[in-house]
Amino acid sequence: MRTKQLTASFGISALAGLAMGAMASFAMPAQAADDTIKVGILHSLSGTMAISETTLKDVMLMLIDEQNKKGGLLGKKLEPVVVDPASNWPLFAEKARELISKDKVSAVFGCWTSVSRKSVLPVFEELNNILFYPVQYEGEESSRNVFYTGAAPNQQAIPAVDYLMSKEKVQRWVLAGTDYVYPRTTNKILEAYLKSKGVKPEDIMINYTPFGHSDWQSIVADIKKFGSAGKKTAVVSTINGDANVPFYKELGNQGVKAQDIPVVAFSVGEEELAGIDTKPLLGHLAAWNYFQSVETPANTDFIKSWKAYTKNDKRVTNDPMEAHYIGFNMWVKAVEAAGTTEPDKVIDAMVGVAVPNLTGGYSAMLPNHHITKPVLIGEVQENGQFDVVSKTSGLVPGDEWSDYLPDSKDLIADWRKPMSCGNFNVKTGKCGGKGS
Amino acid sequence: MLLRFFLMGLDRKAGIVLTILAILAVAVPVMTLWVPADSPFHLSVFTVSLLGKYLCFALLALALDLVWGYCGILSLGHAAFFAIGGYAMGMYLMRQIGPRGVYGNPVLPDFMVFLNWKELPWYWWGFDQFWFAAVMVLVVPGALAFAFGWFAFRSRVTGVYLSIITQALTFALLLAFFRNDMGFGGNNGLTDFKDILGYDIQADTTRVALFVATVAALALSYMIASGVIASKLGKVLVALRDAESRVRFMGYDTESYKLFAWTLSACMAGVAGALYVPQVGIINPSEFAPASSIEAVIWVAVGGRGTLAGAILGAVLVNMGKSYFTGALPELWLFALGGLFVAVTLFLPKGLLGLGAQLKAKLPGRKASPLSNAQPADQKGA
Amino acid sequence: MRRALRWLMAVCVVVATSTAAYAADLRPLVQALGSGGYSGTEKALAQLSEAGDPAAVPVIEALQAGDLYVRKSDGTVVVARKSGDAFTLTDPLTRAALGDAPAAAVEKIRINNSLRRAISASLGALTLMSPDAGVRRSAADAVFKSRDASALETLSAAIAKEQDKGVRAAMEQARAAILLTGEAASKMTDADIQAATDTLTARGDRDALVLLNMVAGSGASDVTKKLAAAAVSTLEQKLAFWAALQNLWYGLSLGSVLLLAAIGLAVTFGVMGVINMAHGEMVMIGAYTTFLVQEFFRAHAPGLFDLSILVALPAAFLVSGGVGIIIERSVIRWLYGRPLETLLATWGLSLALQQAVRSIFGPTNREVGAPSWMSGAFELGGLTITYGRLWIVIFAFAVFAALLVALKRTWFGLSIRAVTQNRPMANAMGIRTARVDALTFGLGSGIAGLAGVALSQIDNVSPNLGQGYILDSFMVVVFGGVGNLWGTLVGALTLGSMNKFLEPYAGAVLGKILVLIFIILFIQRRPRGLFALKGRAVEA
Repeated sequence: MRTKQLTASFGISALAGLAMGAMASFAMPAQAADDTIKVGILHSLSGTMAISETTLKDVMLMLIDEQNKKGGLLGKKLEPVVVDPASNWPLFAEKARELISKDKVSAVFGCWTSVSRKSVLPVFEELNNILFYPVQYEGEESSRNVFYTGAAPNQQAIPAVDYLMSKEKVQRWVLAGTDYVYPRTTNKILEAYLKSKGVKPEDIMINYTPFGHSDWQSIVADIKKFGSAGKKTAVVSTINGDANVPFYKELGNQGVKAQDIPVVAFSVGEEELAGIDTKPLLGHLAAWNYFQSVETPANTDFIKSWKAYTKNDKRVTNDPMEAHYIGFNMWVKAVEAAGTTEPDKVIDAMVGVAVPNLTGGYSAMLPNHHITKPVLIGEVQENGQFDVVSKTSGLVPGDEWSDYLPDSKDLIADWRKPMSCGNFNVKTGKCGGKGS
Repeated sequence: MLLRFFLMGLDRKAGIVLTILAILAVAVPVMTLWVPADSPFHLSVFTVSLLGKYLCFALLALALDLVWGYCGILSLGHAAFFAIGGYAMGMYLMRQIGPRGVYGNPVLPDFMVFLNWKELPWYWWGFDQFWFAAVMVLVVPGALAFAFGWFAFRSRVTGVYLSIITQALTFALLLAFFRNDMGFGGNNGLTDFKDILGYDIQADTTRVALFVATVAALALSYMIASGVIASKLGKVLVALRDAESRVRFMGYDTESYKLFAWTLSACMAGVAGALYVPQVGIINPSEFAPASSIEAVIWVAVGGRGTLAGAILGAVLVNMGKSYFTGALPELWLFALGGLFVAVTLFLPKGLLGLGAQLKAKLPGRKASPLSNAQPADQKGA
Repeated sequence: MRRALRWLMAVCVVVATSTAAYAADLRPLVQALGSGGYSGTEKALAQLSEAGDPAAVPVIEALQAGDLYVRKSDGTVVVARKSGDAFTLTDPLTRAALGDAPAAAVEKIRINNSLRRAISASLGALTLMSPDAGVRRSAADAVFKSRDASALETLSAAIAKEQDKGVRAAMEQARAAILLTGEAASKMTDADIQAATDTLTARGDRDALVLLNMVAGSGASDVTKKLAAAAVSTLEQKLAFWAALQNLWYGLSLGSVLLLAAIGLAVTFGVMGVINMAHGEMVMIGAYTTFLVQEFFRAHAPGLFDLSILVALPAAFLVSGGVGIIIERSVIRWLYGRPLETLLATWGLSLALQQAVRSIFGPTNREVGAPSWMSGAFELGGLTITYGRLWIVIFAFAVFAALLVALKRTWFGLSIRAVTQNRPMANAMGIRTARVDALTFGLGSGIAGLAGVALSQIDNVSPNLGQGYILDSFMVVVFGGVGNLWGTLVGALTLGSMNKFLEPYAGAVLGKILVLIFIILFIQRRPRGLFALKGRAVEA
């Protein structure tokens, strides 16, 4: 008995010592070479989000590679630091902290889904670093340390609904989404918007499904039923990534044609369609700020270098990739303007920076840390691409606080001095939300 | 009486575990707060919160080992109790934000404001008080475990059936907490905390204090667990793990014994969750994911089932590996982790702590020492 | 011979001149298709179909197929088909060859949804007199949808001439639709309105309901509205009945998916006692095998694509089964009698397999197409049954039956049962237990691979595919009773139909939660599942 205990205790103390040693080595900041500028890439490479995020990691590596070929930044080479937060939200926060305090990165490009962003947000604010968030989201947030290069609801959802109302004469709406914050908020905004346009409550059907929902038979049947009330009906889909393939397969099988009940999606891009036979989906819609099919010289170059970089002729490009393209170029420009990578100076230099986007215009960073973008509506084609059927005439500025929600309509964000506030109330004239 | 209970569990192994924890509790604050940053002995706050996180997982593993290693109940749903404890703490932290939320609503958390909720749902009442939240951290997981166990053990649901319904339990809770209508923030969960007990949650001292609290909780739980095991009750538990029907036929009310250990374990898991949330800064339904419960089982198995210390060791080592590999080998770390699990089961059936005994058994010329009575018997299996 | 030739030439000349005559009339309209964006195209299309000339049909069909282009050099509208890098141009009306042009020299006339609708409407109106009954039928359906009042005259003429009963019914429905919704409704007698609503009620599907609802809510006369409202309620009752049946079908279909996913697990876990967390990955490997087989067919035999699934079935069985055997030989065989450790090891394997697939095929979804015999749907009474789902139901039962036969009626099955029931005794009787173990695990994995082929038709083919089914599979097996195949069958169908029954009332999320709670409570009542094994083995 004694010997056994002795061995056990020996084992424990040895391992504990080892653990402490390992921890200490963890704690030591990796010797940052002075001749490089480090850029953090915080995208899940495993787990449920890997399907979307891995592409963004690749596009960042490509952009950094290209910048280095152009001579780097401030005379230094850029060095990407890739970590895998594994679709695990607390791990996102941990990895963000690791990138900033251990790897000493100058900026981080990453996250997908609001929960990952909300998880890392306190870290970025505490350690004062910069995050570029490239995905469309529900708005209702503006942080000094985050630049939102994806679409706010007014840059995607509302123009799409406008298009359906004016061009397709839709009178009855199904708002179908995955049950999480982005669809909830977007649908709240859309509901308020539709009602303000005179749509009756009984002409709006809202349906939520769990993540990864794979059996869509009943819901598609419900949609058909809802669509048989004698008014033109459309589906506004905020269904999240993984669930879309079975949803569209079911739509195709049950013969829901775009001519009868069009589906407009905000989370379905070229990448998602790559897994589906799109012939039965001809004419269903998506609203984004970028489509691969847009024919501009910048986009042609981008697609060409993307295919060359991935050595795969079939790889597609999509909207969040363009968001990273814009975000990265903005950061490069701001760093050049500030002459340093120091976050405070770069953040100040960011506002007002304008860089060309891939759809033939310029996108500018607004004081609320959102950007201006064109809004495109595309119809699904047989080859898995989108055909742009409508484009806003000008650029739409991202609106972080929706005008259609009662609690946020008085709020604005402006990170320029002297206001420097993410939730300034124009009614009370104070920073700090609605107040009581 | 209470003292005797604690002392009873204090064997040599316990002494070592507690000593290490005591060293951690003293050394880490000193190395973080008082050793200058350029010294090689300085610990960054990042490391402290990482360590704190590992120790929370260790506490969860300890709780799991109590029921799995000593009562033979393989729970594949322990993360549910962990997450509920976490949510109770998260609710307290949410209420502490007060008017500093983005909408500046003094009562309602931000997610309720933008979902247009007008008043606080009843189950959020009281969570502005720390004592209330602290009680709930113990009571809610405990009550859920008690109710679940009361039914399950009385119906004599055992083995793999029990394991699978614990998975069903945690999966049902996962789906429920994902629902925004539940009023727990849906997929975004609870986040953006500001204060705990009036202290800034991001301050270095607060982080160190949380770490010390975690160490203390782990030490206390360890003492309780080893006390329980060393007591007569513990002997019955081990006996019913190895041959439940025999113990029952001897006249013991096996259900009550199991229920006690099960509920105690759930409370410990709740405490672990409550300490975890302020240190990582977010609680979200994915903590309920069936996979996280399975992972916890794996920590225990890697360290050595039925050893308590092994559970702690396994949890810390596996998570340290995960932290390290996700940064160093972002594309390949799953191979490393998966390979580790396969290797441990094949080559270290008793876990890392069993390694010593295993090696000794292999040494020629020495009689293999009988394995500790704390080692689980295998034939009981699932 | 010479005379024949001359005669032929004469015919050609006549045909050519007549098309030329038509072409002259339509030419400006066709030309107009190419200008003015979507609205310009739509306007030209309306005029083209108003002209009522069947010669326009091929032009409109080309527009629909996306083959109509504008030649940039002179703005001529041409039909262009891709050949290699360039386009071969033909005249849309005369079909005369216009030579080749590089891709940059032509611009596609793009169409959107509202144009697509207009195209099918005008094609409908123009092809009502087609000699082919099938074409006339779809023309009638198109007119029914478009309710284009200008087609009324043609429609009446077509009805008078129509011999085919089914086609005539469709045409009459189309006419009723136009009459009820158009301006003509105000001039109709009550009897006519009655007849029209009756025609629509007889049609009895959702499209008819849409129309009747529209009429009931429109500005039509009170009589019309009343009649339409009455028809709506009759129709709704009928549809509600069919909806209940439909729900039953959905339950059966979901149940069969669960059955497929779980049945392999019923072998590896139920029969062998291995808590096989890598089961989902075997399903995923089956799905990826399907993808590879289809890629092969796409590259080498695109004409035989419809057969790809049939080839994928044995391939997936062999690949997944092979991987299963390798896993059994290398890992599982050391762990018999220690079921919990199989959980650990297979969990590790599942992580590694997922990552392996992710590294090889990339993290994104792969496209697995449906063969033509698995796409689309058919109507059975008021039921809409999709072919894909129907085949999956049939397939699930076939696999179940085959497995049952294999286990109960073959020597191999006998050995499996002998080994799992009493290993030492089976060994003593001369059964090579090690080989039987490997083959059994391979069988279970192979069946999982078959499930993968079926699931690739309805779900994502991504590295996460298996994760979505593993928990459900365990629930099914445990609910049905470990070690009992019939239990798995009943379990899958019960859970599937329960889910579908709850979904309309509770919503998808709550429905699923309720099913899980039901499982938890059910296990309290029957701690060994639905069909518990009896005997001493139970307590072991």
